[in-house]
Amino acid sequence: MNSIILQTATRYLLPLLLLFSLFLLWRGHNEPGGGFVGGLVAASAIALQAIAFGPARARQAVRIDLRALIAIGLITALVSGIPALMRGDSYMQAYWMDLGHESIGYIKVGTPLIFDIGVYLTVIGVALLMIITVAEE
Amino acid sequence: MEVLLAIVIGILFACGLYMMMRRSIVKLVIGLALLGHAANLVIFVAGGLRRGAPPLVPTGADAPPELVADPLPQALVLTAIVISFGVVAFTLVLVKRTWQAVGNDDIDLMRATDT
Amino acid sequence: MSSLALILPLLIPLATAGVGILAWRSRRLQRAIGLIGSVVLVIASVWLFVLVREEGIQSLQIANWQAPFGITLVGDLLSVALVLATAVMGVCVIVYSFGSVDRARESFFYYPLMHVLLMGINGAFLTGDLFNLYVWFEVMLISSFVLLALGGERAQLEGALKYVTLNLASSVIFLTGIGVVYGVAGTLNFADLALKLSAFEEQGIVTTLSMILFITFGVKAAIFPLFFWLPASYHTPPAAVSAIFAGMLTKVGVYALIRVFTLIFNQDISYTHTLILVVAGFTMVTGVLGAAAQHEFRRILSFHIISQIGYMIMGLGLMVSGNPAAVRLAIAGAFFYIIHNIVAKSNLFLISGVANKLRGSYELSRLGGLYASNPALSLLFLISAFALAGVPPLSGFFGKLMLVRAGLEAEAYVIVAVALGVGLLTLFSMTKIWAEAFWKPAPDESDDESAGESPGKAAVRQPGMALMMAPIIFLAVLAVALGVFFEPVYNFSIDMADQILDPRAYIEAVLPPEYIEQVRGGVK
Repeated sequence: MNSIILQTATRYLLPLLLLFSLFLLWRGHNEPGGGFVGGLVAASAIALQAIAFGPARARQAVRIDLRALIAIGLITALVSGIPALMRGDSYMQAYWMDLGHESIGYIKVGTPLIFDIGVYLTVIGVALLMIITVAEE
Repeated sequence: MEVLLAIVIGILFACGLYMMMRRSIVKLVIGLALLGHAANLVIFVAGGLRRGAPPLVPTGADAPPELVADPLPQALVLTAIVISFGVVAFTLVLVKRTWQAVGNDDIDLMRATDT
Repeated sequence: MSSLALILPLLIPLATAGVGILAWRSRRLQRAIGLIGSVVLVIASVWLFVLVREEGIQSLQIANWQAPFGITLVGDLLSVALVLATAVMGVCVIVYSFGSVDRARESFFYYPLMHVLLMGINGAFLTGDLFNLYVWFEVMLISSFVLLALGGERAQLEGALKYVTLNLASSVIFLTGIGVVYGVAGTLNFADLALKLSAFEEQGIVTTLSMILFITFGVKAAIFPLFFWLPASYHTPPAAVSAIFAGMLTKVGVYALIRVFTLIFNQDISYTHTLILVVAGFTMVTGVLGAAAQHEFRRILSFHIISQIGYMIMGLGLMVSGNPAAVRLAIAGAFFYIIHNIVAKSNLFLISGVANKLRGSYELSRLGGLYASNPALSLLFLISAFALAGVPPLSGFFGKLMLVRAGLEAEAYVIVAVALGVGLLTLFSMTKIWAEAFWKPAPDESDDESAGESPGKAAVRQPGMALMMAPIIFLAVLAVALGVFFEPVYNFSIDMADQILDPRAYIEAVLPPEYIEQVRGGVK
């Protein structure tokens, strides 16, 4: 598609949507959001790129091969359960820790976040692979 | 509300089955997708409809303060939606490839594997 | 350590698939990863098997969310034995693929997909609740869809379309069933369902639920009259894919039927299990008659899968008799039959692939003269075919013997007669393949002397042939061994049947004791 409005809008929307997807990913554990939704938003941002500038540009925008992205996502999700196995707990048992300092406050980081990141990457990879493959034909 | 949703589910099943009976493979996929939605709604309704608060326990308490919605059917439906999303996407690609290979979207012409 | 042993059969294939995708550039690396992953899977399965054999049923609550609220994995003798069989079949099929699968498929993630398929199968065997069974079914189905359609020939795509449609329809029924089960019982955990449904007041609803699930698993297991997707699709992909499908996928359906109809729906046995028994009889007969009408190597075998499923379901249906000794023998027989069938049937599909490689066709009319050119292959075919038909002392004979004995003790004479008759017809079909593909002279020998012989000879020297023959030889030896060393396998089957028929052990292994007390108390 060759629409100057869409192309201009996409330039502004892409970073915003990606930022929003990260926001969804981050708040996902306790509030609506999470890896899956975040991944879909990120994938739709790049799909928008594909609609505006063509699938080749979208592949470039991801930089990394989509299949590799799926694999990395799967392995990340899988690894998030390993710490529990090493401590003899049940697989995927969640561990949390507080990062930060009194003066600036704390953020909670834990193994579910790693799992969510894995889901996020896998969803981006799968969704984009499907969209771009069909778009390229 | 249950009655209304039950009717909706019935209509979805009917439409889905009707679409699956058509001869076009594209309509077959639409029919399958509709059936999937109907099944998801069945889970949703069977789990009990309730106008409740989200099932979150406030800090310090060990039970939710009021009557909450059952989160499990929603988790199940969400999972099922994700799965059917993937499956339908795959089926669409399959339908497209089949259409390219057969040159037609008429199911009655696809008899290469029947006896 | 049980937590690690139960999760490994799922983690290993997933990790292998992930690493395999990353290595997509190098075909050799992909092969190496695929093989290593499957061998490690066998080791992990053996460990799990030994653990469960020695220490009883193992269960794992993922992320320590207690049953019945969390995701539960359960390993009892039935599931771990099937996981082990899956792993062994995985190695066989992957080695066979090295010699038979073309470059295009290999570079399109053939091996990672195979491992995802193995993960789905293992997950279905090990899961402890209904919804996760659905999820694993879908994992299994999606990878099998892709494996089936990979290559994109017209017959493949048409077969895949039918397979996809019918399996998705069955998934929808499954999902609906899950919704209703949750609405009725408020739980989806197998053990919890067993506890709650047996005390449920309106047993009519429970029977209805059992029928919804019967249809769902019936489609997956390809029972009469829900089997049409199977003969329409199983003969289209490469032989290696056909073999793992034939060996494992329908067995997952049978496993689900056995699990559900022994553990959960055992209240109205006189209705449900009689129905199962009748369906078993029809499945056997239609399958074997369908095979008799076919003249294509793999189509004959596909129809035989259906008739063999009938035998397994028969073992389950014989629970109706109420005679404990007969029921025990019947369940043990069904289990033995599953294991035997995984070995013999997959091997026949693998052999059909070799015949295709030698002669370039699966049509019986165009095959021929294989005995003259490949006596060793013919011998291996005979072993597997006779095992399938039930010729002593091969594995199929003892499977049938156990089921027939159980049927006689249960005084279900009609089904016994059907089973024996179908056995004869199976032998007839196998003789047909033997006569057409192996015994008769090669068809085009008369008009073109070189065409019939030289491709065969050339193919024998192909380097891939050794890789294709190794798993076939291994499985044929296994089929003989299952017969010759019948006693330990028999003892194991009986132990397994005892465990299956006493759901208390399963329930106690999964649920915390206080919870069981509470549910039992609340019911009274």
